[in-house]
Amino acid sequence: MPYNPTLVAPMRTEMTRMGAAELTSAADVDAALGDQKGSMLVFVNSVCGCAAGNARPALALALGHSVLPQQVVTVFAGQDLDAVARARQYFGEYQPSSPSMALLRDGEVVHFVHRHQIEGRSPQAIAADLTAAFDRFFGAPVA
Amino acid sequence: MPGHVFHPGHSELHGVTVVVETNGPLTYVGRYDSEDEKGVHMLDVGVHDRTSGGSKDEYVSKSARFGIRSDHKHLVVPAGQVVRITKLGSMT
Repeated sequence: MPYNPTLVAPMRTEMTRMGAAELTSAADVDAALGDQKGSMLVFVNSVCGCAAGNARPALALALGHSVLPQQVVTVFAGQDLDAVARARQYFGEYQPSSPSMALLRDGEVVHFVHRHQIEGRSPQAIAADLTAAFDRFFGAPVA
Repeated sequence: MPGHVFHPGHSELHGVTVVVETNGPLTYVGRYDSEDEKGVHMLDVGVHDRTSGGSKDEYVSKSARFGIRSDHKHLVVPAGQVVRITKLGSMT
């Protein structure tokens, strides 16, 4: 059963304030991830305060980096059920968890941050891993 | 905040993804919920049975990389079988 929309509203706002586009339906997900080109980060949001409460600030910190995904989108686990289920279909062999983050390039998942890589870690530590992944997968190729 | 207990009244491991090793052939990976006289209550749990082939280390490593293929929404690991509980995040 989805959570109370009033409860999750601040968690949605935290994402949109950092520029993430909300995908709230399966059609939204297909429009964004179907035939996806370039680089994208998909943030699977969650009400879990102990993990998502650090993951959202971590992403905000990472988005201050010099190398960034071209698009940042978000789906909300436990809330936008169809959107989340459809997004996970694009994640291939990566199993569901929330919160989590998928980095995609041209429709392929090139890096995945699972919940267990977020739990108990500071936003700064998570952001450091994210920016390293941005550099590795989204940085300019070395000639 | 490492070590921060978000859910007051719960164990420090509540909500954390753990590996539960047992004195038998089974190893469990999933979210720790609580512990009582029955054992360790876990959510969204994958189970490795060493008698079915593949090593425990490979299973844990694959779970860390690709996530946990959940076999059980809720499962209790009997208290008498638990040998060690380790955070999955600390094993990668």
